[in-house]
Amino acid sequence: MTDKDMLFDYLLRLGDNSLILGQRLAEWTGHTPMLEEDLALTNVGLDLIGQARMLLTYAGEVEGKGRDEDRLAFHRDTAEWRNLLLLEQPNGDFAKTMARQFFFDHFQYLQFEALSTSSDERLAGIAAKSLKEIAYHRRHSTDWILRLGDGTAESHEKMQTAIDELWGFVPEMFEMDATDEALLDAGIGIDVARLRPAWDAAVNAILAEATLARPEDSWSVRGSREGKHSEHLGYLLAEMQFLQRAYPDAKW
Amino acid sequence: MVTVHAADEILEILDLVKDPEIPVVSVRDMGIIRRVEAGGDRLKIVITPTYSGCPAMEVIERDIAAILKLHGLSDFDVETEISPAWTTDWITEEGRQKLHEYGIAPPANRGKAALMGQEAVACPQCGSSDTVLVSEFGSTACKALYKCRDCLEPFDYFKCV
Repeated sequence: MTDKDMLFDYLLRLGDNSLILGQRLAEWTGHTPMLEEDLALTNVGLDLIGQARMLLTYAGEVEGKGRDEDRLAFHRDTAEWRNLLLLEQPNGDFAKTMARQFFFDHFQYLQFEALSTSSDERLAGIAAKSLKEIAYHRRHSTDWILRLGDGTAESHEKMQTAIDELWGFVPEMFEMDATDEALLDAGIGIDVARLRPAWDAAVNAILAEATLARPEDSWSVRGSREGKHSEHLGYLLAEMQFLQRAYPDAKW
Repeated sequence: MVTVHAADEILEILDLVKDPEIPVVSVRDMGIIRRVEAGGDRLKIVITPTYSGCPAMEVIERDIAAILKLHGLSDFDVETEISPAWTTDWITEEGRQKLHEYGIAPPANRGKAALMGQEAVACPQCGSSDTVLVSEFGSTACKALYKCRDCLEPFDYFKCV
């Protein structure tokens, strides 16, 4: 791959993470257990979609084939997506949505904090802008882990189950491949593997305070960077891309 | 005839553009106008989003273009820049005052420290500081929902970022 191809791929990974999780949160609109939470999840989703717009617009410009944010969002099939497997997992119950969010918010905060000093000024700018919002997301999901974990017997059990079910998706966040290494050497990308201790320290402390057990490391899955996704992504894309697939290039 | 406008005049015109989601403040009050570059061949207005996903940005861009055209200007570009990231510190004193009068508590603690913990927010209705956070996320991305324990009124708080 050329340098340009690698940067394009790197930006897709970041943008796809934000877009797919943003779309998942949008699915909660009108379905959350209470009104305040409906507003919260859609606001968080909106921030993520805003990040995705900036990142995918940039990705399209780097690629130089005339694809804009919409083209990249609505005209790529499953194997071309680069989002983490964790983020495409179905919402499940509220506890599962919050566990997914909690894992990712803590990861994304560290990731964007590091990216905000990237030698690529545009990427650094996007990261710095988004970081302020992620600080709020992280506080919000952390509050729910504490509240549900250290809540009633039922909320505790549901929260623990959610944490256990998603634990195997955690290692993929900290994986480094050839593209990551090349961009790290260029001063553009960051070493995500080095973020793990800080993530562990924060997550361990919160799980302990929430009276939740940190799961044992056993199974884990990976493959999103090669376009290998779970079956869930196809269904998500079918809904998200429907209009542009049925009526290509339709405009508001 | 081509009229040359100074940046100050343009800023005065831009004061007429209101924030679509909080119509008591102008986009200038909100610190959304980064700068006006006048004097060149084309006038350039550089704006900033408040939040990444703020749905009002496109409306703001359109409103700016409309008001400039209404004032007989046609050779201009409206561009968006995200760096350095917008902060609530850019809201002008006048803007903060207008928010307060409208019933939205302006961002209380300036600076990064406010991101780390809960903020002490005074009720914009009765001034009491005995308030409680109801939800970190309010009617728009930039606001949180609070309740006053004294006058019992709910109110929006403009989050500090």
